[in-house]
Amino acid sequence: MADIAVLLKQVPDTNAKIMVSGGRVDESAVNKWSMSPFDEYALEAALVQGGSITAITCGPARAKKMLTDAAAVGATDLMHIVVDDLSALDSNQIATILAAAVEKSGASVVFCGKQAADTNAGSTGPGVAEMMGAGCVTMVSELTGDSSGFMALRPSSTGMERVNVSAPCVIAFDKMGTELRRPNVKGIMMAKKKAVETLTVSDLGVDIGSASVSLDNQSPPAEKPAGQKFEGAENVATVVTKLRDEAKVI
Amino acid sequence: MVTVIAEISGNSLHPVTAQLVGAAGGNATVLCPGGIGAAEAAAIAGVAKVISVEGDCFSDFDGGAWASALGTVAEGRILAASTATGREIAARMGAAKGVAVVQDVTSIDGNSVTRPIYSGKAMETLTVADDSILTLRPNTFSAAGDGGSAEVSTVNQSADVATSVKEAIAKASERLDVADADVVISGGRGMGSIENFSHLEAIADQLGAAVGASRAVVDEWGMSHSIQVGQTGKTVNPSLYIAVGISGAIQHLAGMRSSKYIVAINKDADAPIFGVADYGIVATWEEALPALADALSNL
Ligand SMILES: Cc1cc2nc3c(=O)[nH]c(=O)nc-3n(C[C@H](O)[C@H](O)[C@H](O)COP(=O)(O)OP(=O)(O)OC[C@H]3O[C@@H](n4cnc5c(N)ncnc54)[C@H](O)[C@@H]3O)c2cc1C
Ligand SMILES: Nc1ncnc2c1ncn2[C@@H]1O[C@H](COP(=O)(O)O)[C@@H](O)[C@H]1O
Repeated sequence: MADIAVLLKQVPDTNAKIMVSGGRVDESAVNKWSMSPFDEYALEAALVQGGSITAITCGPARAKKMLTDAAAVGATDLMHIVVDDLSALDSNQIATILAAAVEKSGASVVFCGKQAADTNAGSTGPGVAEMMGAGCVTMVSELTGDSSGFMALRPSSTGMERVNVSAPCVIAFDKMGTELRRPNVKGIMMAKKKAVETLTVSDLGVDIGSASVSLDNQSPPAEKPAGQKFEGAENVATVVTKLRDEAKVI
Repeated sequence: MVTVIAEISGNSLHPVTAQLVGAAGGNATVLCPGGIGAAEAAAIAGVAKVISVEGDCFSDFDGGAWASALGTVAEGRILAASTATGREIAARMGAAKGVAVVQDVTSIDGNSVTRPIYSGKAMETLTVADDSILTLRPNTFSAAGDGGSAEVSTVNQSADVATSVKEAIAKASERLDVADADVVISGGRGMGSIENFSHLEAIADQLGAAVGASRAVVDEWGMSHSIQVGQTGKTVNPSLYIAVGISGAIQHLAGMRSSKYIVAINKDADAPIFGVADYGIVATWEEALPALADALSNL
C-alpha cells in the first residue's frame, strides 16, 4: 500500500455570501469556511485506499481546523504550510509549495480536487504532477485498483474512459457517486489530540521566486437588470415571442 | 506572438478554437495536437501559421505528454480553451516552462485579464506578463471567421506517456453536452420523477437544446452526473437557459448564472431562481410545458 498525500483547501462554504470591499473579497465577512467540495471526494477516495494518509493544506491559520476535520474521518498525518495570503501566489508558486510538502510527506500518490471552489482553476493537480515528474488524471469520478495500477474513470470527448496510471501519480477528483463519510464521536475526540506539523515555506527549503501574476481588483459580478415575471401558464406564448423578438435567442 | 493550442473533439477541430483565434486578435500560430484539425484551423481568418505536432503520444489524452510535446513549439502568449483537456495541458505546460497560468479568462485587455472566482460570485482582474498561459472560457470571445489560408507545417515530436486508456465508454445518449449547447433546458426536483424528463427532452428536441439537471435529481433519481449543472457539476454558458422545477439554490446558480438569457418555470412565485431569470413564469410544469411546446411549434 503506497502512502497517499491528499491536498485539501479551505474555502468559503458554498452557501456563504461573498462580499467585496475596497476591491478585495472580504474574508472577514465569510460566515463559514469548509473543505473545498471536490477535495472531500479526494479525501474519501484516500480513505477507501487506506494506509498512511497525509492531509496537506497551504493557507492561513484558520485552515488548521480543516485538517482536524480530515483527521476526524481518518487522515493519519496532518501538515499545514502557513501562508497568510494565498491570493498573492501564482499557479506555479502554489504548485511548488505543495509538491515540496508532498515530497516531505514521503507519499508517491497524490489525491486532490479537480478545482478549488474559490479559484475554480484546476491548475494545481497537474502542476504538482509536472513538478513530481508524475502521471496525472483529472476529472476522476470513480477509482479502482491501487498504486501499482489505478483505474480511473474520466470524461472524454466521446463519453467516458477508463485510464490506467500507477505511482508516482496525481489524481484530481470530480464529484463521485459514493457517499462521503461523516466523523463519529470517537474520531472527533482522537482528531483533537492529533498533532499538526506546522511549517513555513522556508522550512520546506524551496525557492518560490516572485509572482508573475498580480491581483489588481476583485469585484462583485455585474448586476443583471431585473427580469420580467408572469403569473400563469397562459403567458408562456408571450415569453416565447419575447425570446424571439426581444432576446433573439430562438 | 500568440500561440493557440487547438481544442479537438474526436477527430476534428472543436469550434472553440476559432474563439481562441478571435481572442488572439490576428497573427496567431495554431498548434494541432496529433495533426487533428490542421486543415480546418488553416481556414480560420487571422491564423498566420498552423503547426501539426505529430507523435505517438497523441493517440490518447495524456496531459503531461501533450504539454511536453506541444511545449517544444509553443511560445509567446499561449491560449487554450478552458475545457478539461485545455486546462490540464495549460497547467502542466506552465509548470514545465515556469510560466504562470490563469484559467477560465473571460476578457483580455493587453496584459490585464478578468476571470470569475468563487463560482461566479465575484470577478477578479489580474495583470499577467507578456508571456503567460491563459485558458479562455468557451462562448465568451467572438469567433474569428473563415477565409484564412495559412500554411501548415508538421513537427514530429512525441513525449513519454504516464497514463493509458484501457476502455472507452460511449455516451449513454446522443444528446448534446450541456457545456457545449447554445440552449439548455434543465429540470429539478419539481419535475416529480425521472420519467417526467421525457417532457423536457421533447422540448429540447424542438429547440435543438441539451437537457440538464439539478443536483437533487442527479443524486436522488440517479440521473447521469454528466448533465448536472452547478457548483459540483458543469458550468454552462448558453444563450438561453430554461430552468424547470428548480428552486435556484446558490450552488445551482453557480453553474448557470452567466447564461445570456434565463427563463424560469416554477410554481412557487418566491423561488430564488426568479431572482436571476430574465423571464419568469409562475406555473406548474404540467401546465407550462405543453404551452411551451405549442408556442414553439407555432413560431
Ligand atoms: C457542496 C454543494 C454542492 C452542490 N452542488 C450543486 C450543483 O452542482 N448543482 C445543483 O443543482 N445543486 C447543487 N447543490 C445542491 C443545492 O444546494 C440544492 O439542494 C439543489 O440545487 C436543489 O435542487 P432542486 O432545485 O432541483 O430541488 P428543490 O430545491 O427541492 O426545488 C424544487 C423546486 O421545484 C418547484 N416545483 C415543485 N413542483 C413543481 C411543479 N409541478 N411545477 C413547477 N415547479 C415545481 C418547487 O417550487 C421548488 O422551487 C450543492 C449543494 C452543496 C452543499
Ligand atoms: N492552498 C492549497 N492547499 C492545499 N491544497 C490546495 C491548495 N490549492 C489548491 N489545492 C488543491 O488543488 C486543487 C485544485 O486547486 P486549483 O488549482 O486552485 O483549482 C484543490 O481542489 C486542492 O485539492
